[in-house]
Amino acid sequence: MASAALRSLEYWAYQYRRTWRGTIASSFLSPVLYMAAMGLGLGSLVDRSGHGASLAGGGYLAFLAPGLLAATAMQTAATEATWPVMGAIKWVRTYHAMLATPLRVVDVLAGHLAWMALRLLLVSAIFLGVMAAFGTTPSPWALAALPAAALTGMAFAAPITAFAATRENDAGFSALFRFGIIPMFLFSGTFFPIGQLPAPLRPVAWVTPLWHGVALCRALDLGTATAGPALGHVAYLGAWAAAGTVLARRAFHHRLAR
Amino acid sequence: MSTAPQVTTRPPRGTLVARVLPPALLGGRRAGRLVERNLLVYRRTWIVIASGFFEPLFYLLSIGVGIGKLVGTVTGPGGQVISYTAFVAPALLASSAMNGAIYDATFNIFHKLKFAKIYDAVLATPVGVTDVALGEISWALIRGTIYSAVFLLVMAVLGLVGSVWALLVLPVAVLIGFAFAAVGMAATSYMRSWQDFDFVQLAVLPLFLFSATFYPLTTYPPALQVIVQLTPLYHGVALVRALDTGAVGPGALVHVLYLAVMGVAGLAVTSRRLGHLLLR
Amino acid sequence: MPSDPAEPLIWARGLCKRFGDLVAVDGIDFEVGRGEAFGFLGPNGAGKSSAMRMVACLSPLSGGSLRILGLDPARDGVRIRSRLGLVPQDDTLDLELTVRENLYIYGRYFDLPRKVIRERADQLLAFAQLTERADDKVEPLSGGMKRRLTIARALINEPELLLLDEPTTGLDPQARHLLWDRLWRLKQQGVTLVLTTHYMDEAEQLCDRLVVMDKGRIAAEGTPRQLIEQWSTKEVLELRFGPGEHEALAAKLGGLAERIEVLPDRLLLYVEDGDEALAGTHRRGLRPDSALVRRSTLEDVFLRLTGRRLVD
Ligand SMILES: Nc1ncnc2c1ncn2[C@@H]1O[C@H](COP(=O)(O)OP(=O)(O)OP(=O)(O)O)[C@@H](O)[C@H]1O
Ligand SMILES: [Mg+2]
Repeated sequence: MASAALRSLEYWAYQYRRTWRGTIASSFLSPVLYMAAMGLGLGSLVDRSGHGASLAGGGYLAFLAPGLLAATAMQTAATEATWPVMGAIKWVRTYHAMLATPLRVVDVLAGHLAWMALRLLLVSAIFLGVMAAFGTTPSPWALAALPAAALTGMAFAAPITAFAATRENDAGFSALFRFGIIPMFLFSGTFFPIGQLPAPLRPVAWVTPLWHGVALCRALDLGTATAGPALGHVAYLGAWAAAGTVLARRAFHHRLAR
Repeated sequence: MSTAPQVTTRPPRGTLVARVLPPALLGGRRAGRLVERNLLVYRRTWIVIASGFFEPLFYLLSIGVGIGKLVGTVTGPGGQVISYTAFVAPALLASSAMNGAIYDATFNIFHKLKFAKIYDAVLATPVGVTDVALGEISWALIRGTIYSAVFLLVMAVLGLVGSVWALLVLPVAVLIGFAFAAVGMAATSYMRSWQDFDFVQLAVLPLFLFSATFYPLTTYPPALQVIVQLTPLYHGVALVRALDTGAVGPGALVHVLYLAVMGVAGLAVTSRRLGHLLLR
Repeated sequence: MPSDPAEPLIWARGLCKRFGDLVAVDGIDFEVGRGEAFGFLGPNGAGKSSAMRMVACLSPLSGGSLRILGLDPARDGVRIRSRLGLVPQDDTLDLELTVRENLYIYGRYFDLPRKVIRERADQLLAFAQLTERADDKVEPLSGGMKRRLTIARALINEPELLLLDEPTTGLDPQARHLLWDRLWRLKQQGVTLVLTTHYMDEAEQLCDRLVVMDKGRIAAEGTPRQLIEQWSTKEVLELRFGPGEHEALAAKLGGLAERIEVLPDRLLLYVEDGDEALAGTHRRGLRPDSALVRRSTLEDVFLRLTGRRLVD
């Protein structure tokens, strides 16, 4: 079983060999650009206003960096779990080709999810490297933010894979991004503490997996993590990933095993 | 290309102006047909178009409740002190005009060119290559204008409009859209596969982040300021912000000229390149 | 300025199409008169579609000259295309639209008034037997249905000149006969037809005149009857032997036929009298698994002009 999933994973890795240039460039450049523009540029305004000191990390750049790490994992996951999944079902029909071999539906799914996890690790590792270069990894605990970011990503990748596998075309994806991913990016604690949200909206932010991912990555990066809340975040994110996997498995069976 | 005497089935090369003026000015009936086609398609998926409006709105709200509170106030283009939200809102309008135009002119056009092969059928009719380019750009502009109008309305409701000059924001948003749509389409005509679009995003993101969108130009060291002033979105942002805050000076004409030249150049390249791509 | 009815609708001299180093059409001359049905035959890659695309003003010439409806495609592409109907080899339907919308928007591209399009669309849907699917998306239609829609679409502007690149490929026999009938009626109404096909029966049925193309050149030209008379014999004897024996047996049949064509599954003997040749075969002690005497067809001309070398 494991070896079969490995073969399906191999396919995605092989595909990636043709496209890695562009994605590596963007996984490296977009954190650099965001850190420079929002962290340094906008950060200088925030810090000058005197509000920076009250933020976790003691300055806007330090506050923002780990939040962006988690948010980037979310965006990578959402991209990898939408169009490629739909493509493998409908356009390129990769899954069908795999299922014509001894691979089973679960192997196909496991291989693809494993591939997404690898991509998330890679993107997050590059991001952490950029953070280090900007001097925003104050403690060795920052290394633990790497698996935390990947877990945050999987909390999105698995359920979105399940969603993508039920779609007939990609029209739903733009809605997913516009009404799910982008609002979370903007309101789940990446750019400002959610305490600033109007009180009725705060529980909404707490429910989003991204808020847990941001909080976890931020605490680990700044070295302020405490066991209780950290484990709580991990459990919450893990639950999303697990539930997503179960749903994805059901959706794949429904769609592919006909 | 070949040395044959006849290498084109386009109409004779008129003046550059005749080839690039917007279709409305030339009675561009045939370009309008492409718009009609897109309307037919989007009649069913209007919700996708409608939802596109929310993205800049979310950004505006996020800045209003979040970052704006952290920053407080900034010095506007005329030297007056304004709220951070009022500072960023016009820049978001300009950026979303750029984003919408680029998206339409790259992803959408590439899809139609390479996969849906819409134009292969179109060009067997009296509609020509230049009509196609003009039609698609017009479509992108129509969409963009609607978005900008709604966004401007929201700004007005939130009290973020500081001057009657803001009425001119709408035509300026169209100009920004035209400049980026034309250049975007020209770039698309050189694209070989979806992978090349990673580079589109790599070009658009720094424009979005660094064009004095989120903080005043003076935040940069002087050398960087010069570089930023050479990039296109900066001119869009500066123009919309000047109109919105009422700090309009003769410099505005420079911005207008920059964007207009960019659009005309993009369109000239586009209609030549599309001919090579489609009429083989 | 109406064009002179006497002058050819298409007039091509030394027509060339190159793609880089590859010469797809290598200096061909042909003319098509008003009301004629003109066919291009030829093996895959012969250059038929490339020639058609130049006539459709979709592809600039690499050399030679071309007049369509008396106009120059380089200068008057728009005017020519507005009087032309094109069925390209690959369907270029708009997959994001419905069947009816495809006809509608295509008509709009020709600047037809909406009311006119609506009337014509109903007729064309009936002709393409797609009335029931009129409001379905195009994407899930079967290959043959899409082909019929492409053909119907090409008629929306009531063209004077209809270009059909392999119109019936992928159609079932019934749909093919229906299309032949429709094309024949269009021809009665004075529409000029230019088509390419791989079906010899189609060419024989529809075309007044044919050219056989091979490697970018015209190998022969004439009416179907003329071509058969000129390039084949009156009758053909088809012989089948066991697998793998044909090449060797062909040598033993030398002298019996004007020409022998060795195909993978059978031998074709080109003769004036098939029964006589069959008797001759038996006299030489050969016992074919099956034997058939038939009249020459265009297929034989095609084999002769574009197939393998003769054994004789
Ligand atoms: N757009 C193109 N770019 C490069 N080469 C081309 C192009 N179109 C056609 N060719 C080449 O020109 C030659 C003639 O092709 P064409 O399509 O005209 O042949 P055809 O007679 O229509 O063949 P078929 O019966 O297979 O349709 C082929 O070698 C083909 O590869
Ligand atoms: Mg062909």
